[in-house]
Amino acid sequence: MAEENGVVLLNFWVSPFGQRVKIALAEKGVDYEYKEENLMEKSPFLLKSNPIHKKIPVLIHDGKPICESLVIVEYIDEIWRGKTQLLPSDPYARAQARFWADFIDKKVFECGTRLWKCNGEAQEQAKKEMLEILKLLETELGDKKYFGGESFGLVDLVLIPFSSWFYTYETCCPGLSVENECPKLLVWTKECKTRESVAKSLPEPSMVYEFVCKMKKRFGIE
Amino acid sequence: MEAEEMELFGIWSSPYVLRVIWALNIKKIKYKYIEEDLNNKSNLLLHYNPVYKKVPVLVYKGKPICESMIIVEFIEETWKNDSIFPKDPYEKAKARFLAKFVEDKLSPPMWRFFTTKGKDQEEAYESFTDYLAILERELEGKEFFGGENIGFVDILLGCMSYVVPIYEEITDFEIITKEKFPLLHAWMQAFLSSDIVRDNLPPRDELLYRYRKIREAFLSKDN
Repeated sequence: MAEENGVVLLNFWVSPFGQRVKIALAEKGVDYEYKEENLMEKSPFLLKSNPIHKKIPVLIHDGKPICESLVIVEYIDEIWRGKTQLLPSDPYARAQARFWADFIDKKVFECGTRLWKCNGEAQEQAKKEMLEILKLLETELGDKKYFGGESFGLVDLVLIPFSSWFYTYETCCPGLSVENECPKLLVWTKECKTRESVAKSLPEPSMVYEFVCKMKKRFGIE
Repeated sequence: MEAEEMELFGIWSSPYVLRVIWALNIKKIKYKYIEEDLNNKSNLLLHYNPVYKKVPVLVYKGKPICESMIIVEFIEETWKNDSIFPKDPYEKAKARFLAKFVEDKLSPPMWRFFTTKGKDQEEAYESFTDYLAILERELEGKEFFGGENIGFVDILLGCMSYVVPIYEEITDFEIITKEKFPLLHAWMQAFLSSDIVRDNLPPRDELLYRYRKIREAFLSKDN
């Protein structure tokens, strides 16, 4: 059976968590089979591979499933050594990278979801929080080319998928401009997108916006 | 290594701080402990953890590391003796996954159970007992989640071994019994009596008093 050997990725195209895994696999030059899941009708294979959360992304390596995007990325980094190291070697630097990856995980998606789902006061609050989060990240980036310094690494690949959502956040929340508020961060996104791994893994911002509009209609959100 | 090279900022009652203490004990690392007052955080704490302003913070040779899971991984990667993680990358990924599961899925309904009553409490109870069943299955054939020795998942879950009996006493619910979850029940006893944990637990009476006050505060908010 195809799933018993090699690498398979179960994903949903718009998920920034799935895109991290795509970028990691591309950075390492790993060949894999991509399976697009319909989250309204999850496949038996997904439910069998991730029985606890029933979520994507799931990486299946030689028949063994690995779940949770950050766990998957660290696994990829460990298994496919040699090419592009995603985490630094030094334990302290690794701890810093994990800290910021975890911060992004805890904060960006949830706040971003409130930006497009909510209105009025709640949306204003989400906008304020998103700007605080992005400014903090911009301070951490400083004048470096990437979050890890000269090399593209964990924090970069964890954050960059959210750049496809900036257009959606700005359109749903007038007055929010990532370019005006965080110009250095925007320069960093452009730098990341020159990498083939990133360019071929991220959806067009207009497609993300179209997806969100469909979601809003489905949930009856204005 | 001198104890001064390693400092741990914490509070006596925090299960997150205890995770770090247990990891330091596994690795036999000396450290200086600094008790913080969360109502009056020290300038040092705010300097070392400006993002979250929380404990635990580990400071090694003047450089801070924050977030308990990340601190434990740092300790594992810096000191090679007495491994906390499996060597095999797939087993390591499973351990990380289960640890995240404990943090993200198990802990919230357990807290909700403890801080609510009536229907809310019952729903939370149903939720987390389903998750406990998952952990019970993971323990099959093992004394600890780490196998023969205490590992990453044991450390992450460890506070449950002393908090659950306190929850049971205060709420009058049965949570982990020999009949319901025999393996988890045995795990709790083994964990509590292990060398690294036994002498590193918060005082029970003070904890009981503290948790009673917490539950009262939450329930009175709803009235």
